[in-house]
Amino acid sequence: MGTAPLLRFDQETLSWDGTAVLEGLSFSVARGERLVLLGRSGSGKSTLLNAIRLKLEGARPAPRLALVPQDPGLVPQLSVFHNAWMGLLDDHSSAYGLRVLLRPPSRERARVAPMLERVGLAGLDRRRVASLSGGQKQRTALARALLRGGDALIADEPVSAVDPRQSGDLLDALAARFPTMVLALHDPARALAVGTRIVGLRAGRIVLDRPTAGLDAAELHRLYEI
Amino acid sequence: MARPRRLSAARVLAGFGLATLAALALADLDLARPDPWLTLQRIGAGLLAPEFGDPAALGYAAALTVAFAVCGVFAGATAGFALSLAYGFAPVRWLCILIRSIHELFWALLLLGITGLGPLTGVLAIALPYAGIFAKVFAEYLAEADPAATRALPRRTPPLSRLLWSRLPLALPELGAYTLYRLECGLRSSAVLGFVGLPTLGYLLETDFRQAQYGAAAAAILVYLALILPIRYWMRLRLAPFWLMASLWLLARHPAPPMGDGALLRFLHDAVPAPIRVGDWAGLGPWLSRLLGDQALPGILSTLVLSQLALALAALIAVTGFPLIVRRVTGRAGALLGHLALVLARSIPDYMLAFVILQITGPSMIPAILALGLHNGAIIAHLMGRQGDALTPRLRSDAPRGVRLAAWELLPRLSGNFFALCLYRWEIIVRDSAILGLLGVATLGFHIDAAMQELRTDRAVLLLGVVALLTLGIDALSGWIRGRMRLSAPGMRKAEPETAEAA
Repeated sequence: MGTAPLLRFDQETLSWDGTAVLEGLSFSVARGERLVLLGRSGSGKSTLLNAIRLKLEGARPAPRLALVPQDPGLVPQLSVFHNAWMGLLDDHSSAYGLRVLLRPPSRERARVAPMLERVGLAGLDRRRVASLSGGQKQRTALARALLRGGDALIADEPVSAVDPRQSGDLLDALAARFPTMVLALHDPARALAVGTRIVGLRAGRIVLDRPTAGLDAAELHRLYEI
Repeated sequence: MARPRRLSAARVLAGFGLATLAALALADLDLARPDPWLTLQRIGAGLLAPEFGDPAALGYAAALTVAFAVCGVFAGATAGFALSLAYGFAPVRWLCILIRSIHELFWALLLLGITGLGPLTGVLAIALPYAGIFAKVFAEYLAEADPAATRALPRRTPPLSRLLWSRLPLALPELGAYTLYRLECGLRSSAVLGFVGLPTLGYLLETDFRQAQYGAAAAAILVYLALILPIRYWMRLRLAPFWLMASLWLLARHPAPPMGDGALLRFLHDAVPAPIRVGDWAGLGPWLSRLLGDQALPGILSTLVLSQLALALAALIAVTGFPLIVRRVTGRAGALLGHLALVLARSIPDYMLAFVILQITGPSMIPAILALGLHNGAIIAHLMGRQGDALTPRLRSDAPRGVRLAAWELLPRLSGNFFALCLYRWEIIVRDSAILGLLGVATLGFHIDAAMQELRTDRAVLLLGVVALLTLGIDALSGWIRGRMRLSAPGMRKAEPETAEAA
């Protein structure tokens, strides 16, 4: 790509809950990359994602970030519209936020509608999130990220709960919206389809870090062997 | 650093047993009334033939009882919510601790001198201590709201938006449920406020009893029970706006006494210790030592003696009473009867219960001990019984039935909860022991009442401070014992709002 790296780790140790999970990590992410982290659960994907988020938040000037955490972090008592609109909360004053919370103006509904349509939730904007299925909840979190937009997306298993036949399309929607993405996935085929670079983690170290071109699924499946 | 050794239940029990024996030796347990059976008979006859001679007065007192409760609880909830947002700020926390450590009846006594015998006194007497309780509980609910939603918000979200969009909607169902539960408590408080002269059902009950009109008194009790027993059916959050508007309308129509200008200033002036008021600083020491030595210390001792005996009785009632509502112990019909007994003892405020028993036994510590023990014991028994009932399907299929089930299977499993609940109620029992002094037992409340009657506000305020410190001390001691016994009782407040009264 030839651009300056968005972030860089230089011989750093990342811990989670007081225990070192990733030691001596040297690693960078370039602008425009679509980086996919692969590895068995417990291999350190979430720790690395979290460290990437903190690093980006600490950068000056901080890039605009959108997040899709593993626990989607929705408020079940509020509607789908409200949960999606939460992605814009820092763009507005508390007073305007309160107005949208109590009585959303139609222009805000119109902003959210195409995002809901893109993730397959068209017409559900007034439904309470508590009444949604697991897959629909995850789509709501995706709509929140799409609406927010920004320089980079950080997403932890963002399509784990949706129908596998549609997960590729949803990842494409994210890829079209965000110039830079860092995703944790568990499906090597999806990783090859969406990513430009794949990082494989195993027991707290990076065992693979290569551009997608030239990688095949068999190689990636080896990450999951015992 | 080594963790201190776990405090065993046997030691705690032995400690409380010794304290109870000491209290027994010190307590005044004389039956003053020579013929308790005669009064009991006449009260029984009254209950069997209640006299609804003046239905309009009864209805108005019932409506005012509800109105004080609704307005007081909603005012307290609103103020408490505002305070809960700043609960992390130490001065706010201390203010909340202070206002909730003073009982509604004491607040009413204080307010009588400022706002008079009018609606405002009744509403404030409930709202002030409840605001302190709401602030604490609401702050906890807001802090415990799912952190994932807050973390998922954009980082630079304004703090107010953060609260309104994630923590508040997440906690709202629990805030609502807790407010509903508090409305039930508020109804009890409101009825009891009648005993200091506010026009609620307690006032009718007291005047009827004093005139030995047991039929009319029984009618007041029955109306009260008819309000509080089905409260979950008529007091719903959806109907809250209606109840609130109706209550405001009713209280606005009720006459407020003219208090004259400067009642508050006069009160604040009178609350300054007398020697300071006249500039006699040297007299402050003797004034203090006289007040503390002659009233506070004996009052504290008497409060502790009473609360110890009441706690022992409550524990006894809890252990013997909880199996009553477990279906596998007493059967379906038995459990229903058990529920009825426990709900009656729970719903009648301890103060009202003590007043009625006092009419039978005459003045001594007996009415207060019985009332506190019955009321608090029934609450603990109810909570334990519900937990026990939930346990039974998970027991082995050849587990015994009846009393053996309660003794061998349920009680050992529930013993942790039993200790935790008793320790939670301990603080409340001490607080209420102080208040029962208004009925003539020489606890701290007795001296406060006397000081107010003599218009010695300064003494009353100082003694109220002593009550607050005593309650806080017991709360700290109870928390220390719970910690040393490693009684975590996780989520107990959530599942069982009653325990939040320990707040």
